[in-house]
Amino acid sequence: MKNDYEAVVGLEVHIQLLTNTKAFCSCTTKFGTSPNMNTCPVCLGHPGALPTLNKSVVDYAITLGLATGCEIRPFSIFSRKNYFYPDLPKGYQISQYEDPICYDGALEIELAEGQKRIGITRIHIEEDAGKSIHDVDIDTLVDLNRSGVALLEIVSEPDIRSAQEAYQYLMQIRQIVMYLGICDGNLEEGSLRCDANISVRKRGTEKFGTRTEVKNLNSFRNVERAIEYEINRQIELIESGGTIVQHTMLWDATVHETKVMRTKEKAHDYRYFPEPDLVGVSVSEEWMQQIRQRLPELPLARKQRFIEQFGLPKYDAGILVDEQSLGDYFESVVSKLSGKTEESYKLVSNWLMTEVMRILSERKIPASEFELPAEFIAELVDLLVTNTISSKIAKEIFPQLLTSNKSPIELVKEQGLAQISDEKLIESLVKDILSQNSENVEKYKAGKSNLFGFFVSQVLKQTEGKANPKIVTEILNRELNNN
Amino acid sequence: MISYSTFRIAAQNGTITTTDSTRQVVSEIEKQKHLNAFLTVCESEALAQAATSDKHFATGSPRLLEGMVIALKDNISTKGIRTTCASKMLENFVPVYNATVVDRMNAHGGIIVGKTNLDEFAMGSSNENSAFGAVEHPLGDNLVPGGSSGGSTVAVAAGLVHVALGSDTGGSVRQPAALCGVVGFKPTYGRISRYGLVAFASSLDQIGILASDVSTTARFFDAISGIDERDSTTAELPATQSLAMIEQPLLRSFTVAVLPDSELAGCDADVLKVYYSRLEILRQNGATIIPAEIPGSTAWIPTYYILATAEASSNLARFDGVRYGFRATVGDDDEDAMIVRSRTQGFGAEVKRRIMLGTYVLSSGYYDAYYRKAQKARRLVLNGYNDVFTKADILFLPTTPTPAFKRGEKTADPVAMYLSDYFTVSANLAGIPAISIPAGTSSEGLPIGMQLQAKSFDDERLLYFAHHFYQLFN
Repeated sequence: MKNDYEAVVGLEVHIQLLTNTKAFCSCTTKFGTSPNMNTCPVCLGHPGALPTLNKSVVDYAITLGLATGCEIRPFSIFSRKNYFYPDLPKGYQISQYEDPICYDGALEIELAEGQKRIGITRIHIEEDAGKSIHDVDIDTLVDLNRSGVALLEIVSEPDIRSAQEAYQYLMQIRQIVMYLGICDGNLEEGSLRCDANISVRKRGTEKFGTRTEVKNLNSFRNVERAIEYEINRQIELIESGGTIVQHTMLWDATVHETKVMRTKEKAHDYRYFPEPDLVGVSVSEEWMQQIRQRLPELPLARKQRFIEQFGLPKYDAGILVDEQSLGDYFESVVSKLSGKTEESYKLVSNWLMTEVMRILSERKIPASEFELPAEFIAELVDLLVTNTISSKIAKEIFPQLLTSNKSPIELVKEQGLAQISDEKLIESLVKDILSQNSENVEKYKAGKSNLFGFFVSQVLKQTEGKANPKIVTEILNRELNNN
Repeated sequence: MISYSTFRIAAQNGTITTTDSTRQVVSEIEKQKHLNAFLTVCESEALAQAATSDKHFATGSPRLLEGMVIALKDNISTKGIRTTCASKMLENFVPVYNATVVDRMNAHGGIIVGKTNLDEFAMGSSNENSAFGAVEHPLGDNLVPGGSSGGSTVAVAAGLVHVALGSDTGGSVRQPAALCGVVGFKPTYGRISRYGLVAFASSLDQIGILASDVSTTARFFDAISGIDERDSTTAELPATQSLAMIEQPLLRSFTVAVLPDSELAGCDADVLKVYYSRLEILRQNGATIIPAEIPGSTAWIPTYYILATAEASSNLARFDGVRYGFRATVGDDDEDAMIVRSRTQGFGAEVKRRIMLGTYVLSSGYYDAYYRKAQKARRLVLNGYNDVFTKADILFLPTTPTPAFKRGEKTADPVAMYLSDYFTVSANLAGIPAISIPAGTSSEGLPIGMQLQAKSFDDERLLYFAHHFYQLFN
């Protein structure tokens, strides 16, 4: 029954911009100050105060627009979205309505069955409201530090067909805005917010079903869960003979259900009209060109390049590009390798995905704040590839790199950790071991082949782990099996 | 009260001090209290400013407005001084910042003696809509002084101040100026910063100047005009230099456009008499009179009231009792109910009427029929004016259809009241500069004003013509 239906989902994503000051006044956007400290007559909505546009907001909007293949409108205007709310100081939000600054873009998402293109209808600039705090005994409290902080709203086409696709789309947006450095991408803290428009229809039909809007999707998990829930709720309702009503729903993350927040009759009439206090935004070709030149390589393209250029598995490439500075760190290490082979690249990837990422997650820092010079990892991998040290030794000296401020080569020299690869020396050691353990040699030759490991470990023990295990194995084989 | 130019010479000569003149003004305001022109008198602040002015005069370095006594319409934000907009909503509201014009006049040595009465939030044409009582016409007789800048106009007309600031959204400076017999100037939109002017209709609002002569108007305009980075709608132009310009002799020939006679049909006979006689004077002094055709003049008032109320409905949304201003008693119900109660009790009837009108014309399903259509009509007005000013220096027309009317005469009929703005709203729709100058009196001795309009950013030339016409008429 469920398979007879197809979900049609569109997402509205709000991202809070990392501009230093608010969208229409010069108040700081820094968090962590006391309530209502980052305010002025403009963002408090005092009588007579007027907004003035922060140009970097437009810069960020164009950046995201270009990164998502949008058309950029040479001239766009602001509008007022009117509604009353205690934390909305002016009684309207400055936004864009007709003719937003960016339109007609798209981005690719990765699915098990391949890539899929999700259209972007529009991206527009708006300002954030303040915060109402209801959970106090006496009253509702209002904090206007957030009032006037710049947002971009990204509206997708109804191209999304499942909760998983919605999840991937949102992840992709998050990665892109973080790569562009325009948003910190934190869903839990509200710097990235998501509402979903959801409807279902019988497979093979063209006409969209009645949609509901689901709000309060404040984590990636909740986005997936809420959409999944709402799709199933709609299918079950239709199957049991009911009809979908165009409500605004709220996701309740504690009981995992969507609940009606507003009925259509109570929907706001926002009475949009052009904002008369601001002049329009003109975007010149030169401005766009400047921004285009500064655009970084985007995560998906970078992943593809990592696969092709470095021969990395898809999995590795995905993890390395997920956070931009980890990818940067990887490229930095790779550029410092003496031996540029796919074997080395894969080793670098392994080291980053295990040892380095473990430390980063322990310290909760991005790779950009990791103090270990990229040269050290490159040297370590070079030493491994040239068989100068064993991976066992490499793992042992890694923690010392972090504490000693010495390079791997220095540590290897200082502590005499270089691997013994001298065949003559190893041969004589092997012969000694075999003659000292003649009983076991007999047993081995009688068929107890698992004793081979014993001989290897004896040789390694003799050399404090420095004998090249590959050579030890070769010589042991020769000595035991040919005599 | 002596004119500012006379005062300035006397102060420079040391025969008068700003402190004395300010004291005198404060006591005169007290004597004329029955006019109800002032809502707040700031004596101590004014005297402190006056002491500074005296020093400047004593050292021979008077600034452009040194010692000039100024009143501000009480919808212009003054730091630390109550700014009420003549509304119960802001009865006790004390701003935390100065409007740009206040900073500029302070920097030029002006002395603010008080804040004047107005129609609540500048909505009205008779100053009967103030929460703190109507303003009296200086001639008494139960006449209205006009509005909405009634208090500022009366302060000038009664000789209480040298100059007063008003705001002109559809004629609120020019109409009372005409009714009270003073000069009322609305500059080009964007020539004076609106930062700190409590918005009624942002795309139409412009701070305007009231004074007893054009020269004081020009001096004051030069001091406060020019680009302001806090108001993005100000034009990228420096302050004006009109004071020097107005003294140049009148051109031997110039072109004056006039409306077709049919447009003047609604005017009072006395107004027409003054109008035609003054036009004859202009003709005798070198004016070529040409007809002006501005299409759709019957749509001016509806267009204006749609756009102005639409913007007002949004501009006044911030008065919700949450952060400042009047708050109704908090009940057991939610914040929404508190907001509704505060607005119901805090706003007067005319303000509520306009908020409802504006909300209606913006609401979904009606936007295209009203707001969008009005925007188109506005563009037609602008185009019409552009056409007129390719041929003429000045458009000459009455400021109001009638002289001052009686209190209560039009309060029952809002549309009749709105029609008293018939000749003034189009300048706001087009954003062009316009000025009303005293031009004569009615058979009953009531002042009658005539209006001059010019093309956008031709403010200095407009003041120049106004200065000469004023002398020709009086």
